[in-house]
Amino acid sequence: MSSQVTIQTQVRALIRRDFRVAMRQRSDLLNPILFLLVVVTLFPLGVGPEPATLARIAPGVIWVSALLSALLGLERLFRDDFSDGALEQMLLMPMAVEWAVLAKIIVHWVLTAVPLLILAPLLALLLNLPSSAWGALWVSLLLGTPVLSSVGAIGVALTVSLNKGGALLSLLLLPLLIPLLIFATAAVETAANGLSPAGPLALMAAITVLALVLSPYAVHAALRVSVN
Amino acid sequence: MTGLLEAKGVVSVRGERTLFDGLNLRVEPGELWQVQGPNGAGKSSLLRIVAGLLPPQAGEVRFRGELIQSARSTFHRDLLFIGHKAAIKPELTAIENLEFYAAIQGQPLTEPPYELLERVGLVGLEDIPAQQLSAGQQRRIALARLWLSSAALWILDEPFTSLDVSGIAMLHERFTWQLERGGAILLTSHQALDSIPVQVNMLTLEYQH
Repeated sequence: MSSQVTIQTQVRALIRRDFRVAMRQRSDLLNPILFLLVVVTLFPLGVGPEPATLARIAPGVIWVSALLSALLGLERLFRDDFSDGALEQMLLMPMAVEWAVLAKIIVHWVLTAVPLLILAPLLALLLNLPSSAWGALWVSLLLGTPVLSSVGAIGVALTVSLNKGGALLSLLLLPLLIPLLIFATAAVETAANGLSPAGPLALMAAITVLALVLSPYAVHAALRVSVN
Repeated sequence: MTGLLEAKGVVSVRGERTLFDGLNLRVEPGELWQVQGPNGAGKSSLLRIVAGLLPPQAGEVRFRGELIQSARSTFHRDLLFIGHKAAIKPELTAIENLEFYAAIQGQPLTEPPYELLERVGLVGLEDIPAQQLSAGQQRRIALARLWLSSAALWILDEPFTSLDVSGIAMLHERFTWQLERGGAILLTSHQALDSIPVQVNMLTLEYQH
């Protein structure tokens, strides 16, 4: 008797609810992005305002702070859902759990990466990154942030049932994200030197596709263990 | 003949302790089952196993004759599970919470469900985030899902927790509705369900040492 309900309807309902919840916790959303801004503005004070030095370290500084600020807000992905029981209900939705996981990843990406993409030109300017590398920086962030959200989701799903999972989460995720950091900074540096960043960016694109396709399965398996 | 829900030889082990071994249960349409037992006897584990949230160590669970793992989507479409965590988002209002649950079962609310809120005693509180409501009121939001649901099987873990007398009466009334239309209910509770005009089937779990 129960009506057929499509995957799109369920995904849309989940995304809508999560955005509503996020909009009521705005300070949580602002924290990581403020952290990022503070770190990037502290570097010139710490290493000295020499423009050539800043330009050299800019790709690394921007990407390392983006990575750390992503880790800062990552737990939001499943922590609240786990403690209020919404996670159980997510596993009981009629659609495949992987779709629900993908919806959570998309919401997290929009909330964390879109502000970063908007701020990226400002960060590049603050650190005197050569204008030839701005495009590469932006594309590397566009390709890299979905990996942060989706690989991060695996880590959060694994540690969500632990009381103090925070430290473990960073230890778990940082090694997995190091290849991303290497390719991203390589892309921005080659572009800053006037060469084509296509090679490292293509590798990043491959990592992104792989992470987005495979992580929902891994997250599903991890969540099954965590809700027990 | 296959029942609506059938568990055969289910074994559950938590840590070092066997909660139950070789448990059989068969729920037919229109039946009310109450799982009883002391704290720690495995009532919640049993409910989570038959809902498909927890894999049993051995045994199988079938819904309308099909294994719940292989018929997962049809099973979950016809199942309403309310665990001891209410799954109510504390940042959202009662209406927003209910909108979500109505939408994921494909029966979106076309207008605010004031009639339903009145029935579950939440009138006047519809614009307040759930975190500012009392435990009993939050429980009522979760239980309002019973009025939105057309699922054939309800699995409810301690539904009467933090409800007052009128809340319990309201729930008994809704249980009667579900049973009369041929739905089934499986619940845990320490309360007697004597105001419901059907036979209550008892399943008692012993505490195993």
